[in-house]
Amino acid sequence: MQSSTHPSPLLSIQNFTTEFRSSGGKIVANKNVSLSIDHRRILGIVGESGSGKSVLCRSILRLIPSPPAYVTEGEITFNGRNLLALSESEMQAIRGVEIGMIFQDPMTSLNPVWRIGDQITETLRVHKGMGRREAREVGIDLLRQVGIPSPDTRFDEYPHRLSGGMRQRVVIAMAMACKPKLLLADEPTTALDVTIQDQILALMLQLQEEVGMSIILVSHDMGVVAETSDTIAVMYAGQVVETAPTEAIFNRPKHPYTLGLLQSIPRIEFKVDRLVPMKGQPPNLLKLPKGCPFAERCAFASPDCIETPVALREVEPGHFSACLYPERLA
Amino acid sequence: MRLASYILSRLLQMIPVLIGITIFAFLFIQLLPGDPIQTMLGGKASPEAIEAAHQKFGLDQPLPIQYLLFLRNALQGDLGTSITQRTLVSGLIAERFVPSIFLLIYAMIIAMLLALPLSLIAARRSDRLVDHTIRISGMITISMPAFWLGLLLILLFGLTLDLFPISGWGDDFLGHIHSLFLPAVVIGLATAPVLIQSLRSSLLDTMQMDFIEAARAKGLNPNRIMIRHVLRNALIPMVTVLAVNVGWLIGGSVVVENVFSIPGIGRLLVQAVLTRDYPTIQALTLVFGILVLIVNLITDLTYAVVDPRVTYQ
Repeated sequence: MQSSTHPSPLLSIQNFTTEFRSSGGKIVANKNVSLSIDHRRILGIVGESGSGKSVLCRSILRLIPSPPAYVTEGEITFNGRNLLALSESEMQAIRGVEIGMIFQDPMTSLNPVWRIGDQITETLRVHKGMGRREAREVGIDLLRQVGIPSPDTRFDEYPHRLSGGMRQRVVIAMAMACKPKLLLADEPTTALDVTIQDQILALMLQLQEEVGMSIILVSHDMGVVAETSDTIAVMYAGQVVETAPTEAIFNRPKHPYTLGLLQSIPRIEFKVDRLVPMKGQPPNLLKLPKGCPFAERCAFASPDCIETPVALREVEPGHFSACLYPERLA
Repeated sequence: MRLASYILSRLLQMIPVLIGITIFAFLFIQLLPGDPIQTMLGGKASPEAIEAAHQKFGLDQPLPIQYLLFLRNALQGDLGTSITQRTLVSGLIAERFVPSIFLLIYAMIIAMLLALPLSLIAARRSDRLVDHTIRISGMITISMPAFWLGLLLILLFGLTLDLFPISGWGDDFLGHIHSLFLPAVVIGLATAPVLIQSLRSSLLDTMQMDFIEAARAKGLNPNRIMIRHVLRNALIPMVTVLAVNVGWLIGGSVVVENVFSIPGIGRLLVQAVLTRDYPTIQALTLVFGILVLIVNLITDLTYAVVDPRVTYQ
């Protein structure tokens, strides 16, 4: 997956497998996931609920408690270091400093009893040892950068005084405080109104340009990743089924699941009589099939799809698909 | 100043409740069988003397007038004269008030000192051995009646080990701390398990919140997250739990005060009940009621201070 101008990617995930163990059995939330993201790029991860995209996102920061989650295989290399091999305190020095994260619901991801300014500057004070006064100046600058009006008075407000869109701006400012090299955004616009969604996406793009960071944007919305991402990875049942540059994914999908997603998007520019919904349900993660997880719902599948284990392979330069017969889509 | 006007409006809201308490305290005497004057003067008083005393205390007036007289006197600080001690009830209560409040605050401090670390440990290690041990110990101490636990402590620490006095409340501040330690421990041990249970579950709820994951994503160390982010949020509902307990303890410390012979209002109440000292019982009813009201007021004000989402309206 090396489509970079840089010698090595900023983050590379190799063969990453996570399972959740419970009394009911083990759920494979991520299976042999391999992805990478270069410096100053945006990677979009799409998939439906339960496809493992949030687990993957949190696994990069190692935010998922173990138990119940166990990484059984793989490596996550960030800037040359395997994050999975670091100690908890080494991880703390990376979280919020080199990798920032923003969350889905801005109404609940801010601490209700802390002033927003103190929440934004907490990383500066803890990680950079900044004094109160200096941190305040930087914090007000950050609020201005994310487009909060009258930032010097807003600094002392509590979260409940702000609207959802404003809060998400605060959450972004909080994640950006230490100027991270990588920003993880887990459904950052899902909880917002459509008009606010656009503003937040535009803000993230603008900040990415200014700071020169990379973003991993997790979304269930093809439209959102299409607008923003350089590369797109499509996840299904805990696996990456296709990854390619955005343009290639939209114009020449090489996996039937991606095709199904694209066909179920309503479009203004084409007159379509009816949308094509995908039939069936995602497989039970407790009992994944041996072969392709999508085979059961796939219109192109042949009997060997159910039996043959699948893995990503390069079907075009820079275009990877886990489908055994990508040529059938053409 | 919005806080000031909030306090004022809360004070105004207390007035109807206060009137209710005074009516209750007043009617309580009326509901008792027998004539308090007869009791006061003893069996051998002449009918003329009884009549004169009735007039003197206004007991020949209709009930509403009597109530207004009672209210007027109470507002002037005159809560009547103790039948048995022959002194003003207000004076009696005033001198007994300080030991009780001292004991109450002391006990709450001990309870909080036990509850804070134990509930933090229980929440951090929930459903592990420590958590269960804390829960079971709490169940044991809460099931021990105060008088029994008090007697046990007196036997062990007071008589056998001779570490603490077994009665009284000392002469100076350090003396109070020393003398009231055992009774404060008895009350504290009875209160702490309730606080631990509710703080533990409040902590566990807060730990599930999105903003705690956000705090972890900021690279904060677990102790900082626990104290600065989790505890600060989890303590807010504790204000109510604490207030309910303090309200309950105002009456509940009566037993402990008697076991340890502390000259507080609880002991005064028991003495008054035993000797049928009606004016004292009446005045104490009033005082207990007002104390609970004050605790509620402090609770609401505390909420306004600790929770920024509470608006003063």
